[in-house]
Amino acid sequence: MEGRVVLKAENISKMYRLGLVNSRSLSADLNRWLHLVRGKEDPHLKIGEMNNRAVKGNSDYVWALKDIDFEVNAGDTMAIIGRNGAGKSTLLKLLSRVTQPTTGSIGVHGRIASLLEVGTGFHPELTGRDNIYLNGAILGMRKSEIKQKLDQIIDFSGVERYIDTPVKRYSSGMYVRLAFAVAAHLESEILIIDEVLAVGDMEFQKKCLGKMDEVAKGQGRTVLFVSHNMAAVKSLCEKGIVIENGQKVFQGPIGEAVKHYMSKGSESALRRQFDFVKNDHFSLTEIAIYNDPIGQEELLLDKHKIQISTSFEVLSSEVSHIAYHVYNESGDPIFSMGTMDIALQMGTNTITCEIPPYFFQSGTYYLSLYVISKSQKAILIEKDVMSFLVTDGDRQMGAFMGREPGDIRPQFNWFSA
Amino acid sequence: MKKWDLEISSKTFWWKWNLKEVWRYRDLLLLLVMRDYKASFRQTILGPIWFFIQPIFTTIVYTFVFNRVAKLGTDNQPPALFYLSGVILWNYFSTSLTSTSNAFIQNASIFGKVYFPRLIIPVSIVLSNLMKFSVQLAFFICMLIYYTNFTMYTANMSWHIVLVPLLVLNMALLGLGAGMIISSFTTKYRDLAYLVTFGVQLLMYATPVVYPLSMVKGKLLSIILLNPMTGIVEGFRYGFLGTGSFEWGMLAYSFSFAAVMLVIAISLFNRVEKSFMDTV
Repeated sequence: MEGRVVLKAENISKMYRLGLVNSRSLSADLNRWLHLVRGKEDPHLKIGEMNNRAVKGNSDYVWALKDIDFEVNAGDTMAIIGRNGAGKSTLLKLLSRVTQPTTGSIGVHGRIASLLEVGTGFHPELTGRDNIYLNGAILGMRKSEIKQKLDQIIDFSGVERYIDTPVKRYSSGMYVRLAFAVAAHLESEILIIDEVLAVGDMEFQKKCLGKMDEVAKGQGRTVLFVSHNMAAVKSLCEKGIVIENGQKVFQGPIGEAVKHYMSKGSESALRRQFDFVKNDHFSLTEIAIYNDPIGQEELLLDKHKIQISTSFEVLSSEVSHIAYHVYNESGDPIFSMGTMDIALQMGTNTITCEIPPYFFQSGTYYLSLYVISKSQKAILIEKDVMSFLVTDGDRQMGAFMGREPGDIRPQFNWFSA
Repeated sequence: MKKWDLEISSKTFWWKWNLKEVWRYRDLLLLLVMRDYKASFRQTILGPIWFFIQPIFTTIVYTFVFNRVAKLGTDNQPPALFYLSGVILWNYFSTSLTSTSNAFIQNASIFGKVYFPRLIIPVSIVLSNLMKFSVQLAFFICMLIYYTNFTMYTANMSWHIVLVPLLVLNMALLGLGAGMIISSFTTKYRDLAYLVTFGVQLLMYATPVVYPLSMVKGKLLSIILLNPMTGIVEGFRYGFLGTGSFEWGMLAYSFSFAAVMLVIAISLFNRVEKSFMDTV
């Protein structure tokens, strides 16, 4: 079995229509139908545009995925990585037959099961036990199969005491535990998993990852795994596919795939030149963010110091100092930083701020630049001037894989009495 | 080209029904019916008694409005039995149709996350309603026994009563077929969903539910005979009460109507299920 191709995607693309469904889309539908009836090509398929949400398009149609080809061998653990909106979820939907590709085909050997969500079809009024059966059947298990594994499932979930209580009375944690427990006992040759890791408490996460590792390595099943969590991806998968703007940009060993993904995202972001952030008093030329010591340049690791170096020209004596406001992924401000200790000169300046190791949690952070005048007024504000991604270093399998809470992770001194 | 166990393709073939896969998921069908039953009476005191209350009250109201006020005949049957038979039959058909026609929209969240043969859902709806119907039918039979034993009334049951399961099946297929066709159209354009809610109400008056077919004459009669539900309601009353009319032709018409509609429905449904998540 090992090495045999069990999943092969050929040329698959998916087009979506943007905007609202209304009488105008009805006329587009009729137009398309008329073309099909006369045996001509669908006129709307041609005008689809690349999937890039940042760029304003001209067409109502967009290719969420375009011409994806790949093969998966039996026993492979393959990660699908890409930024938000790159088309990962669309690919998962196609693989799990939730929706149909616009072009191309996928061939599969053996049973395929997908977990895009845990607890699909849970009915709040039914007891935990009833929901195990229902959810298991929705995921494709036979009733006898579920019955046989019922004890294992209940045991794994750790909610035995509440198993005959309607799930609407469950805490969200219990709900998720039960849901994952059912999913974890699915038996299929190919398993597709979306980021279900971000659920439950630490203890349970560990259990989930352990189970997934067991499924992938112990039982030799084929696993396709989609995640943003590079640490988890690295420890679970052997191979990876990187998707960007709906296209496959890399396929290969997981280490290289992660590297590729990281570099793609931050190459331009880690060192950025500016010529548009300026006014009469101030002109920004460059911001560079790097680790010290400089290791793999495209990766900012949390275990090293991070230096933020800013180059700019001071054009008037009004300028007193500069400051950054730091925001997290959800746009909440975390803190501001700046210094008045360095006297700025007229003309070119380069100042560097050093952030100690293990200060930031892994995640993306955004900087807004503030230029402050001698009268303590902001004379230039540039929001989101720069963003950077901090990654956690390699972790041992079995260690906690999720993200610790919060945005910062200062290392304090601890004493024992 | 190697043979795959499963091929996901951009092409849809309306004639590929994949009934084998539906069969493989039969446990899910059963569990969905169980879920509907268990969930419908959670936290109620009267529980399954609610199955009776609705037809009882409808029968009372119909008796008052159509029999006492409008003076419509009931083919010399006790109004309670006459209306009750019509009400439970019509309820089954109309709830099957309306809930099936919402199958895609109602279950979009599940359909969007996991694959199983979508056909399971409409079939489970019709089966759940069948369970409700059976309880109501039992209630109707109790009423019939009461009337024959404690009143002057003598039931005129005929051997055609053995055809009742066939009539029920026919009705189930009609509701399923019509509902599936509508659900296939409403995934993208919701217009039909509005039509269905009152269309079903209007259709009831084109079916001999609140009046006997024997009252209808002339041109109107031929229109009402076109309604495939007419033969079913009349046949049911003929079997249990011995009134109304029973013709093999009418039964054959209803059955072929249901069969043709079901073929169209499954083909349409098959086409839509593949990509409805993009438009729902």
